[in-house]
Amino acid sequence: MGHSGKDRSVTKQAKVSRRTALQGLGAAGLAAAAQVAPGAVRYAQAQTSAPIKIGFQVHRTGIGAAYGRWYERTTNAAVKLINEAGGIGGRKIELIAEDDGTDPKRGAEVVEKFATQHKVDVVFGTLFSHVVIGSAPRAGELKMPYFVVSEGHHVASGKLNRYVFQPGITDVKSQVISMAPWIASNLGKKVTMIYPDFAFGHDHRNYFSEAIKKQGGEAIALIPIPPTERSFTRYFPKIPSSTEVLYHVMVGPAVLTFVKELGEHFGSKRPKIFGFIDSLEAVNLKSPGLDFLEGTYFWEGYPRYAQANQTDADKFYRSKVGVDDTGASLSDPKDIATYSHMFGCWETLYVIKQAIEASGYKSATLKDKTALIEATEAMKTFEEGKEHPQGKKIFNGKIHQSFGHQNISQVTGSKLKVVHRTSIEDGMYEAEGDYTKMSL
Amino acid sequence: MSVRATAARRNLHRIIVSHGGVIALLFAAQFVIGAYYHLSLTRVMVLATFAVGYNILFGYTGLLSLGHALFFGAGLYGAGIAATQFGVGASGAFVVGIAAGLLLAFALGLIILRTAGVAFMIVTMMFAQAGYLLVLYFGTYTRGDEGFVLKGALREAHLFGFSLNLADPVTRYNLALFLLAACVVGCIALVRSPVGRVLVAIRENEERSRMLGYNTFRYKLFALTLSGTICATAGAAYALLFAYVGATFASIEYSILPLLWVLLGGIGTVLGPVVGTLLMFYLVDVASSYTSAYMLVVGIVLLILIVWAPGGLLGTLRERKIGWLP
Repeated sequence: MGHSGKDRSVTKQAKVSRRTALQGLGAAGLAAAAQVAPGAVRYAQAQTSAPIKIGFQVHRTGIGAAYGRWYERTTNAAVKLINEAGGIGGRKIELIAEDDGTDPKRGAEVVEKFATQHKVDVVFGTLFSHVVIGSAPRAGELKMPYFVVSEGHHVASGKLNRYVFQPGITDVKSQVISMAPWIASNLGKKVTMIYPDFAFGHDHRNYFSEAIKKQGGEAIALIPIPPTERSFTRYFPKIPSSTEVLYHVMVGPAVLTFVKELGEHFGSKRPKIFGFIDSLEAVNLKSPGLDFLEGTYFWEGYPRYAQANQTDADKFYRSKVGVDDTGASLSDPKDIATYSHMFGCWETLYVIKQAIEASGYKSATLKDKTALIEATEAMKTFEEGKEHPQGKKIFNGKIHQSFGHQNISQVTGSKLKVVHRTSIEDGMYEAEGDYTKMSL
Repeated sequence: MSVRATAARRNLHRIIVSHGGVIALLFAAQFVIGAYYHLSLTRVMVLATFAVGYNILFGYTGLLSLGHALFFGAGLYGAGIAATQFGVGASGAFVVGIAAGLLLAFALGLIILRTAGVAFMIVTMMFAQAGYLLVLYFGTYTRGDEGFVLKGALREAHLFGFSLNLADPVTRYNLALFLLAACVVGCIALVRSPVGRVLVAIRENEERSRMLGYNTFRYKLFALTLSGTICATAGAAYALLFAYVGATFASIEYSILPLLWVLLGGIGTVLGPVVGTLLMFYLVDVASSYTSAYMLVVGIVLLILIVWAPGGLLGTLRERKIGWLP
């Protein structure tokens, strides 16, 4: 991989196309003009105080819009805070947001736009996996550092490229496997899984089935639900009566119907139920039909409800982003945050800040970008605090992925109460690749 | 030489100059436009090829398909899976992608061409939806909605002893241009040929064409197969040039988009789909800089066009000013 990359770069240097020749001539002309231009000195001075441009690839429209809205609020809050504290290495952040429509084609175009039109220093903020994977090749080929906040396993799988990082949020594999020990010890060992029949659901199926097996348990039934399904009653009879734990990860607008029909199927006699909060991000737990979830358990990346042992960092983070103690917007109690994911934007921005400052990054040259990539890869831990309110993270530079604590919460009085917090080690696994061996 | 023959020669000259001029303009554009538009235009040209293929069936044969994402997806996945899972190089994968579209369009044509009108629209949509769900169902190979990337050696294509770096923007631009130019030239040749005239005759009045002795089913099957093959070619090119294969490109959205591009640019015109794709890209790109309701802007523009220029931009221009436009 690295070898072929090197070969290509040599080929590229040897070949001078008409386009590059024209660009070169143009650049030489501009450089010559700049030498004699009256603003030359002023420009040179301005470079060091010029803002750091961060391209924010945001899902303002499309299926990811509810997440995108909160990603944008969190990002704006963090940027404001960093700028108030002096910016990055003394340079203010200039945030340039572009809507990708939660679409991989538009996502790739947006990355191209950031790199060539806005000429940003880094791109950040993408959530949905298909947009990340659709955009990543363009980021790599344009040599654009690309910090995603997606929780997909795509970065850690080693299948993307050296320019893509996910330091601010854990990945789905880590989240899923860290749940298995607690589920096996506290809820039961015979698990039936209900999941959407596409990549996100398949990840849960594969990782959890394997993880529960290691705990002496078993996924006794796997029930995939086609993404076009809007009613689920015909799937529930497939749940074996010996099921001790029902594991669900349904997402999308049909989730309320799913829960309602699940309640109608089981009534008061039901197995233990465990789900991923992804199903109910931006959804009020007091919504009609969700009362069936009372007493059930959820994975939470970051507890939506302020807990009794709330940290100062969480208080600070909530107040700056504008979220109350129930996870709702301070300005509109009906507007529920995507609390388990959006902290990733906040934390990623602080990682970018740390990496830029550590690398001595000045401008978007290949040399500086290389230094930035290597500085990010060299990072080891991010300590819990105002910059990382969700908790401590261990960063694996080889796979460009952070590992952190996860939470298991129980629905109690239509609120989520944390009953277990995993160790970071619970979610760690063998690295599946090594980006540092790839050429830059 | 008769007056009619002279007029025909003059029209052919005009067609060569105008269409050749557009291709030459696209070639020259790479030396003057900015880097962003250079990259965008590459993608637009590949998608315009998709629209040119769609227009053969919709614009010239009069069959409104709502399922052409199936053929684009066949090319995309044919090339992507062949490249990543069967070790076929980029050039071989391109051929596999085209072949996948050709076979699928031919086989499907044997079934779906037994329907017409609204039924044809629904059946094409259903098959495309089935294709989309298959992509999700066989997630082990396709990675479902997430998709997969092409990287490493797959970013190089080897052809007749030449090595092409598909990650290089200049190479990519010119490959996309070559693909579009070949399809435009092929489309002109088709619509000016006796076969093309029969397709137009079927569009205008299928019963009359049948009464004149033409086997309209065969002609429609030919049109569908050619259309599907061109769309698959665009899909295969998209996978190889932009290094990403994902289910979004097989979704209903990518069945509707070529229809909109053709409606916008000009139904039944060779260059209309190119103009429509280009216009739609810039509409979205510019409007999204000002508002998140950019699709509303696109919708309003489409509404205005339907009211004031129902034949699309070039279609209306042909009706009012330049009747020789193919």
